[in-house]
Formats: sequence, structure tokens, C-alpha cells
Amino acid sequence: MILLETLYVAPPTLTAQAPVLAIIVPLLGACAAALAPSGRTGWMISVIASLFGGWMALAVATEAMREGAIVYVLGGFNPPLGIALRIDAMGALLGLLIGAVGALAAVFSGHSLVAEVRTEKHTLFQAGFLLCQAGLVGIVYTGDAFNAFVFLEISSIGTYALIAIGEGRDRRALPAAFNYLILGTVGATLYVIGVGFLYAATGTLNMADMAARLSTLDQNASVQAGFAFIMVGLGIKAAMFPLHGWLPGAYAHAPSLMSIFLAATATKASIYLMARFLFEVFPDGTAFGEAFLTWVLAPLAAAGAIICSIQAVFERELRRIIAFSSIAQVGFIFLGFALGSAQGLSASVFYIVAHGLMKAAMFMALGALALSIGARRLDEFAGVAREAPWTAVAFAVGAASLVGTPLTMGFLAKWGLIEAAIASGQIWIAVVMAAGSVLTVIYVGRIMEAMFFRAPAPGAPRAKEAPLGALAPLLALAGLSIWFGLDASIPEQLSQAGAARLFEVRP
Amino acid sequence: MTTPFLDANFALNVALLLMLLAIALAVVRTRSLLAAILLMGVYSFVVAAWLMVMDAADVAFTEAVVGAGISTIVLLGAILLTHGEVVRVNWRLQVVPAILVLVVGGVLIYAAGGLPNFGDPASPANSHVGRIYLETTYGDIGAPNVVTAVLASYRGFDTLGETTVIFAACVGVALMLGFGPRVDTAPTVDVMGDHHVVLRVISKMLIPLIVLFALYVQFHGDLGAGGGFQAGVIMAVAVILHAMIFGLGETTKAFRPGVMRSISAFGVVLYTGVGIVCLVNGGGFLDYDFLFTPQVEAMIPPGLLGDPDKPHHWGQHFGILFIELGVLLTVASTMVSIFYGFAGRTIEAIKAERGS
Repeated sequence: MILLETLYVAPPTLTAQAPVLAIIVPLLGACAAALAPSGRTGWMISVIASLFGGWMALAVATEAMREGAIVYVLGGFNPPLGIALRIDAMGALLGLLIGAVGALAAVFSGHSLVAEVRTEKHTLFQAGFLLCQAGLVGIVYTGDAFNAFVFLEISSIGTYALIAIGEGRDRRALPAAFNYLILGTVGATLYVIGVGFLYAATGTLNMADMAARLSTLDQNASVQAGFAFIMVGLGIKAAMFPLHGWLPGAYAHAPSLMSIFLAATATKASIYLMARFLFEVFPDGTAFGEAFLTWVLAPLAAAGAIICSIQAVFERELRRIIAFSSIAQVGFIFLGFALGSAQGLSASVFYIVAHGLMKAAMFMALGALALSIGARRLDEFAGVAREAPWTAVAFAVGAASLVGTPLTMGFLAKWGLIEAAIASGQIWIAVVMAAGSVLTVIYVGRIMEAMFFRAPAPGAPRAKEAPLGALAPLLALAGLSIWFGLDASIPEQLSQAGAARLFEVRP
Repeated sequence: MTTPFLDANFALNVALLLMLLAIALAVVRTRSLLAAILLMGVYSFVVAAWLMVMDAADVAFTEAVVGAGISTIVLLGAILLTHGEVVRVNWRLQVVPAILVLVVGGVLIYAAGGLPNFGDPASPANSHVGRIYLETTYGDIGAPNVVTAVLASYRGFDTLGETTVIFAACVGVALMLGFGPRVDTAPTVDVMGDHHVVLRVISKMLIPLIVLFALYVQFHGDLGAGGGFQAGVIMAVAVILHAMIFGLGETTKAFRPGVMRSISAFGVVLYTGVGIVCLVNGGGFLDYDFLFTPQVEAMIPPGLLGDPDKPHHWGQHFGILFIELGVLLTVASTMVSIFYGFAGRTIEAIKAERGS
């Protein structure tokens, strides 16, 4: 068992500045990558900046575990006058997920970009990728509602363009990116309108200050509207059922690098921001409180978990199956929120990490296969396990974690959620999760059967094992799913400490 | 005291609102995209005028230059490459969007009931953080324009983020549309067959004045309305005007597309760099009070920033100066890059048409 507090991570002077460095180093990396003379240099800048960002995220996580929560004041003005980053253990865990997946995806991109994107676009592609990372870390670290919007925009604008670049391989990337652009912009606009209403009602943008002032306010139409706008806006960004229309296309047709990174992190940052508004900014009873959890969030999450799992069962294209599965898993995560308990919240955050790691591994395995075969439909993947055993095994580890096989992180995640549901006496939520898991077994079973037990079609292009530079990050991701399945102490400590603290300080 | 039959301010508000409504309806009704784009420019001007009525000069300025100015040009570039006419959509497809719009509108009207009265000094926005800004800005930062102080100093991290958004747009457009025309293939004006003599002569006189105005807006931002965003857009407009009158070939020789992209990144680096210098000097990120070490500050001649006996804020002044310069560079070069992106595609499209 590894305890985070006992790790020596970074020298104290660096640790003190780690929250802001985790954001600005990828940001500066993006500027440097845009100026890089060749795609190869751009790639190296991207790897170095992502690794450094991940290292800083680790330093933030150890510090957040030790201190409970870190407040980093920017510009020398204490909040609410200035902007402050405020990172509790859960935010630190999410930052760590983004940093880790970002660094591994950056390493993987060395091979994957060469195969998928025209050479002269590599430097700008890496710049956009680093901007996404900086934006997502900013969303989970910031303690300011408007600052979160700015980072939401940084990550989104990079994402739209990078999805569209998938057109070189799959023309459907263009309409997918356009859909996401329109819906994402609507979501961000609704969010900022909501923040505007809350500012009008409280006179502050700092989330902690907002929470304190909201708890003294009476029921107020603009507070209610602010809450509704923020939930719908972030719901679009988080692909909450039925606002998920943009997701399958965006994940399935984007370049592999973007599929990996988006599936693991993009919706997760918005989900976490939503959790902060639900449990931190809006104290009990303000706006709609419990009623929203019980009558809106829970039914929608349950419907999403079941309906999108069924869609995944009937989908024919492999990447689209996994994309629909992602929406269903977002439903599981929201079911944990809907319990309205510390245990449910911590189980959901743990699930976010488990899901991020497994989906990153699955999409990366598909990216590794895309280096040798251009397969899309599930039958075209028949028998790839014989030609590319390591890639297939890494994919299988991710898939096993998705199903919830014991000894993988996915098992602990599902178990935690079901346990939390039973502890709150909401048996129906546990039943929905069990039903969703059965559906997961069906579509994952179809994939496994095709990859491992079917013979390749005669005359079909033969898959090849990915080169070491692409295989290493893939196996590392798969390894993480197993490591945390055997010893989950790091994500468990962080998610439990963060959730417990949030529910303690609630008025 | 008797209240007048019609309050002038009230009448102005109603008139502007009705104008907005009429323009919005016209935009929805018209089938010509060209007309819609121009009407949206008009819409932005009316919004800018309305913001002036509300005494929000900085926002009005931004709305005028961005909403009415640059976005009109970009949208015109987009219809040049696509279609100029709306394709009529089956009304059945419009039912659900119409219901959604009505619901959102209903929620907005409901929410307006909870908002404080306009300009109410006791409203939360005016009595909490807003009031502290008004009270402390001069003592903390020494800038007379509170809006600039909030944007550049109190909430400087947001402005860094927004500058990054602009840079991200530059990266995104370059990825999608390519890098604009190659310098040697861009068309130049055929002087012999030129029908735009008047335009050329006038714009030759105007362009330097526009640039001068941009610099005024840039450096006057501490004192009045303005700052890097507005100045950057005005600067870019000067370059775009040059390209439209003298041909892309001439403009790309002076402002090379590759250089423009590099400047866009450099602006963000400059802004972040200021923050890092503060950090290295022992303050937090972007804490301009740590921009200069005491030794450096001692070397600045007294009286450079007015009365030497008054408390001064070298760090704040120069911090704001440098970061606003970063904003200017990124905004101006990004706008030019986006224009190049569209223009380069248009040239390709015209060539393809002639070739076929």
C-alpha cells in the first residue's frame, strides 16, 4: 500500500508554485510547440511539457492530501477581490488523471500523428493538444466561477479544431466537430449566463465566497435560474443524457490522440465542476437542492445508463460502441451524485478516474491498431489478437475494467457505487447499475469475441503489433488499471478525503 | 417634485430595445446571408450604443470593434467560401428548437424578477466586491480606470486566459484553413486597370491614422476606455484594410503569415513571462508588486510617473503595460492570421473555378 503523504515528490519551492505551474507549463509548451520548426520538435516539446505538468499535478496531490485543501492566490489579491486556485483532494485527483493521461497520450502521439495527420500540421496539433491540457487542469483547479469559464473555453476551442483534423482519415470528423462546436458553445454560453445571475445575486465570483453568501439568501428567482443555467450548460459539456448528442461523433471520428485524451478527461472536468456547484457552491436547500438530485439528476442518469448501453449493444462501429459506452458510464457517475451523500460523491469521483484510465487504454489500443489497419466496423477487427497480441491484451484489460472484473480498478469502482447506493437505501439505483453492467457484458463480449476468438476474414489487411514507442504508454495505462485494482489506496484516499471534507464544511 | 411625463433615459432605452428587436427579426427573416451579416453588424452598433447609455464605456468599445468590426469581416469571408443564400428548412425541424428558445426566454424573464434594479447602489454587485474595487483601486494599483485595474491586475489571470483563447483561435483557424496565401502566389493589384484610385489615396492617408488611434487606445487604457483587446483589433483592421485595397500580395510581403502566427504565440509568452518574473522574485504568479526587485526600482528615475512624493506603484504600472502589450500582439496578429486563412482559401477557390 502506497500512502501519498509519504512520497517525496518535488522540492518545496517548486511545490509551493505547483498549482499554477501545472497550468502554465502546458500553456507555454503550446506557444513553444506552435513556433517549433518541425513536427518532431513539436512532439518533444509536447512530451516534456506534459510530463512536467503531470509531475506538478502529483506535487499538488501530495500537498492537498497533507493540507486538506490548497489555496493559491494569483496576482497577490486575496479572494474574493482576486482570483484564487482552490484545490481539494478530489480536484487534485482529477488533475492527476489529466496529467497522467496527457503525458502518456503525448508520448503515444509520436507515432499516431505521423500516421493520421499531415506533417505540416503536427506542430499546431501539439499546440492545440497542450492548450486542451492547460484548460482542463485549470477547470479542476480554479476556485473562481468565471475563471472556470475561461478555462472551459481554452480547452474547448482547442478541442473543436483537433477533432475536425480527423477529416484526413474520416470525413465524418467535420460534421462531428461542427456539432460539438455549436453544442459546446451553447453549453458554455448557458454556463456563463448562469454565473452572471449568481453574480447579480451575490456580488462575487469566488466559489467559496459565493457559497457563504448564498446560504444567507432567501429563495430568489435569479439564483434558481442561475442554478438551472449552470446545470444545463455543464450538462451539455459533460454529455449528460439527453444532452449527449455531440459525443459519439466527436469521440469516434477524431484523430486517435484526441479520442484518447477526450474520452479520459474532457467530460470528466465538466462533471467535476458540476459536482462542485452541486455540493460546494449551493448549500442544502438553496435553489432546488435535494429535489434536483432526486427528480432530475437520478432519472436522467438512470435513463442514460440504460439507453446508451443498449445503443452500444446495437452499434456496429467499434469506436462508436466505446463512445456510447462512455455516455452510459457518465450516467453511472451521475447516479453516485444523485445519492447526495459523501460516500456517493467519493464513489463517483473514484469511478471517474477508473473510467478515465480504462477508456484511455481502450482508445489508445484502437489508435495503435489504426497504425497498421484502417478498420472501423467491428467485424473488421476479427482476429487482431493473433497479429497484435500485446495491443489486444491491453485493450482487453481496459474492457475487463469496464465490465467490472475483479482485480481491475473498474470492479472496485462499481462495487463502491453499489455499496453507496445500498447505504443510502436507494436500492433502485443499485438495480439500475447491475442492469447497466449486464448490458456492458453483452457489448464488451461481442468485441472480445471478434478480437480474440474469430479468425480474420480472408484477404483482409493484416494488423501489426505497434512499435515500442506506442506500445509502452499503452501498457502503462493498462497497468494502471490493474495496479489500482490491486491497491487502490492513492485514488481512494484522495476521493474519500475530498468528499468527506466537502460534506463536513457544508452548513 | 413632479416626475416628467416621459423620462428621457427611459425613452432612449425603449427606442434602442425596439431597434434591437426589429434588427433581430430582420436577421431571422432575410434569406440573404450578406444582408444578415450586415444587419448583425448594425445590431452590434446598437448594442454598443446601449452599453454607452449604461455608462459601460469599455464594454461598448469592445462590442463596437469586435462585434461590428472584425466579426463582420470574418463572416463575410466565410460566405465568400460557401453560399450567400439560406437553404429553407422544413418547418417540422424547427418545432423543437422553437420550443427550447421559448423555454429559455421564459426562464430569463422569470429570473429577471429576482434581479436588483438597474444601478441600485445597495445591490449585491455594487455593495460587495464591486464597492471594494472602487475604494481600493487607486491605493492598490494607482490606475484611474477601475475597469482596466480589474481586468489587468485584480483578475489578470482571467485576462491571461482570454488572451490564450485568442491564441487558441489562431491555432484552430490555421489548422482548419491552412496558413493563408503563399507570399509569391498572392495577387497584387494590377495598377494599369485600377479603378480604385480614390480608395487607395484615401486609405493611404487613413491607415497611419488608424494605427495611431490603436496606439492611443492601447496606452490610454489606464486612464480611459480601452486596452489591449480593442487596440489589437483596431491595429488588425488597419492591416486588413491595406490588404483589401492594395491586394494580399503587398500586405503579405510586409506582414508575413508565418511571422503573424509567431507573434500570436509570443504575446501569450510575454504575458506569462511577466507572471513568471513576479514568481521568481518571490511573489505569486502575476503579482506585479514583485515585478521589480527593490534594487531595480531604485534605478527608476523619480518623477517618471508623476509626483515623486506620492506613493507610486512601479510594478503595477509596468506590469499592466507589459501584459497589455502581450494582449495587443496576440489579438492583432491573430485577427490578421484569421483574415489570411480565409483570404488564402478564397484565392484557392477562385483558381479552382477558373481552372475548371
